[in-house]
Amino acid sequence: MNFEDFVQVALYVIALIALTPVLGGYMARVLEGERTFLTPVLGGLEKLGYRAAGVDPRARMDWREYLKAVLWFNLFGFLAVFLLQLFQHSLPLNPQQFANVSWDSALNTAVSFMTNTNWQGYAGETTMSYLTQMAGLAVQNFLSAATGLAVFLALARGILKKNDDGSLGNFWVDLVRGTVYILLPLSFIVAVALMSQGVVQTFRSYKDVVTVEGAKQTIPLGPAASQVAIKQIGTNGGGFFNTNSATPMENPTPLSNFIEMLAILLIPAALTFTYGRMAKRPREGWTLFIVMLLVWLGGLAISLLAERVPNPIFHMSNLMEGIETRIGVTNSVIWSTATTVASNGSVNAMHASLSPLAGGIALFNMMMGEVIFGGVGAGMYGMLLFVILTVFLSGLMVGRSPEYMGKKIEASEVQMAILGILAPCAVVLIGAAISAVLPTGLSSLANHGPHGLTEILYAFTSTANNNGSAFAGLNANTVYYNLMLAGAMLIGRFAVIIPCLVIAGYLVKKKIAPPSSGTFSTDTAIFGILLVGVIVIVGALTFLPALSLGPIVEHFLMLRGMTF
Amino acid sequence: MRQIIPSLRMFIFMTCLTGLVYPFAVTGIGDVFFPEKVRGSIVYDNGRPIGSLLIEQQFKNRKYFWPRPSAAGFSPLPSNASNLGPTSVDLKMAFDKRRRQLSKADPDMVTEPPQDLLFASGSGLDPDISPQAAIYQVRRVAKARRMAFNQVMDLVQKYVQRRQWDIFGEPRVNVLELNLALDRIASTGSK
Repeated sequence: MNFEDFVQVALYVIALIALTPVLGGYMARVLEGERTFLTPVLGGLEKLGYRAAGVDPRARMDWREYLKAVLWFNLFGFLAVFLLQLFQHSLPLNPQQFANVSWDSALNTAVSFMTNTNWQGYAGETTMSYLTQMAGLAVQNFLSAATGLAVFLALARGILKKNDDGSLGNFWVDLVRGTVYILLPLSFIVAVALMSQGVVQTFRSYKDVVTVEGAKQTIPLGPAASQVAIKQIGTNGGGFFNTNSATPMENPTPLSNFIEMLAILLIPAALTFTYGRMAKRPREGWTLFIVMLLVWLGGLAISLLAERVPNPIFHMSNLMEGIETRIGVTNSVIWSTATTVASNGSVNAMHASLSPLAGGIALFNMMMGEVIFGGVGAGMYGMLLFVILTVFLSGLMVGRSPEYMGKKIEASEVQMAILGILAPCAVVLIGAAISAVLPTGLSSLANHGPHGLTEILYAFTSTANNNGSAFAGLNANTVYYNLMLAGAMLIGRFAVIIPCLVIAGYLVKKKIAPPSSGTFSTDTAIFGILLVGVIVIVGALTFLPALSLGPIVEHFLMLRGMTF
Repeated sequence: MRQIIPSLRMFIFMTCLTGLVYPFAVTGIGDVFFPEKVRGSIVYDNGRPIGSLLIEQQFKNRKYFWPRPSAAGFSPLPSNASNLGPTSVDLKMAFDKRRRQLSKADPDMVTEPPQDLLFASGSGLDPDISPQAAIYQVRRVAKARRMAFNQVMDLVQKYVQRRQWDIFGEPRVNVLELNLALDRIASTGSK
């Protein structure tokens, strides 16, 4: 790495750290219902939302009511995306006359966007009408992120507050305020910045040109900037075009790349600060932030080194396969680690063509359960499950009954936390194992040898953890994979959301004990180290055998110059 | 069950807000402030659209600078990558073939071709090559055009884009821009 590479990595990290308290503080005010500088501008829109839906923003919901609202609301989101695809040929804003999408692909995509995964078995620019992209997919980019925020808020309130009626807040208020005051303004700013760099945003039909050497070429267009902005901000990651942010139409300049890359981690990082503010203990938030930052940076360092290992097959290092010239290897690797620790899943380079260990880090980042920054809201509620588990384990070690934020952690909370942590892991291993022996599963492979196994493992890891990135050689647009992966996404989303709300429901009724001399504090370096240990060990114990057969063995075979 | 109707009504409201109002508002701003960019940065030659600055097009003729190999076959419908891994025998074969082609085009060249001419990009539509990849091709282009080596080299230097703000990304040369500039010199030179 030369000096310029270090400068770019450093700038990215500094920008992330600097923006965390700024945005985190603002989000805390929004999500706790306080006035902000945007209230005079957007307050009317917020009230309009409550009136349009006919809901009372003062109503209180216990965990059951909150969960019902989440599920019904998500069901309508799923149906809308599903139906828009099935009937897009008869609907407006389809200048390229794209046909209706097949039922299995439409089902997979609808689940994918509802669950904040944005796994894509289709190619946007040859499949989806402008209407489907804008009023179906992009809407879910907002609403799945807002759903994540809401569930995080409910869990945070359960931990931090005591309400005898079991109230966790009001889902509609959390949803509307999260969308109107946070996601929309941020997306708007990012979209305008991206247009200034050349990201397309138009409703005109594709442009036919005759090239300098006389070949015909069709330039795809569409309302991309508005959608790219929210797919980065909302940890969605679903590209407007097939190759996502590697496509120049979606990510035209190094500056647009920096903005999009920063947008990946922006909200997930800032939410740690928001949590500290809500707890009135800023150190609790910073502890989680530092844990996330260090685990991510560790993976980044390994990936950057891995790219520099000479590949004896090509007698080169830093291979440019799947990497864009304007972006380069360093920025591709920063992105590949950021997009996989956060459950974003957008890409600016092809993960399948990274060196075996850099691809392996992308894979392992997701295997840790998308709690290192993670998805909008989802990263924090997933992380809080790990915090509860760590508090429980340290309680066992010191022989005291475990407490978190003054609340007793008991068997029922720990059981739910374990369920939320292990359900995605089980889906990954079982799904990948089945697909690695079935002929239908194997017929989709593009690479052979250990890289082929990694393709399958990556697909299930990505979907079960709601990431959405891919080792895209795998042809996932088959009935088999569309259905299997849709199932993985549903379990990966709701087998975490439901335990979180149940835990919140238990905890919110418990009394808050004042800290005593025997309280195990959760805002210290020791706790941070324990937390990292638990996260990494759970991931490593579960997945090390599978990783050994995929990226790790491929690395050593590559060093011996073997090809497949 | 009392959450069903509010769910539906809230969903419709949100779809109008984030799925219609928001993208139309962004489009309006783009149309006013960045009209060429939001419509694809199309390049015109005497009013005839000949490509986009953002989309790679194929150049096979020796008198043009060649772009990166494209796994999408230079077609943006859809953008595509090889997705071949670092131990792929298919990738190795494609790599060797590209090396042979480059060496055939300029047999006396002793330096190895730069990586970006040997490996396909992520989108298959990468409009840029590295400055090294442009410099590597100067001699071939100059010979094919019967131009002085230094004249072509000067042009390449002129079209090298540095890191954005001298910080971000990598230095690069837009192939379409460079080739159009070459053609302009040729047409003024023949007058």
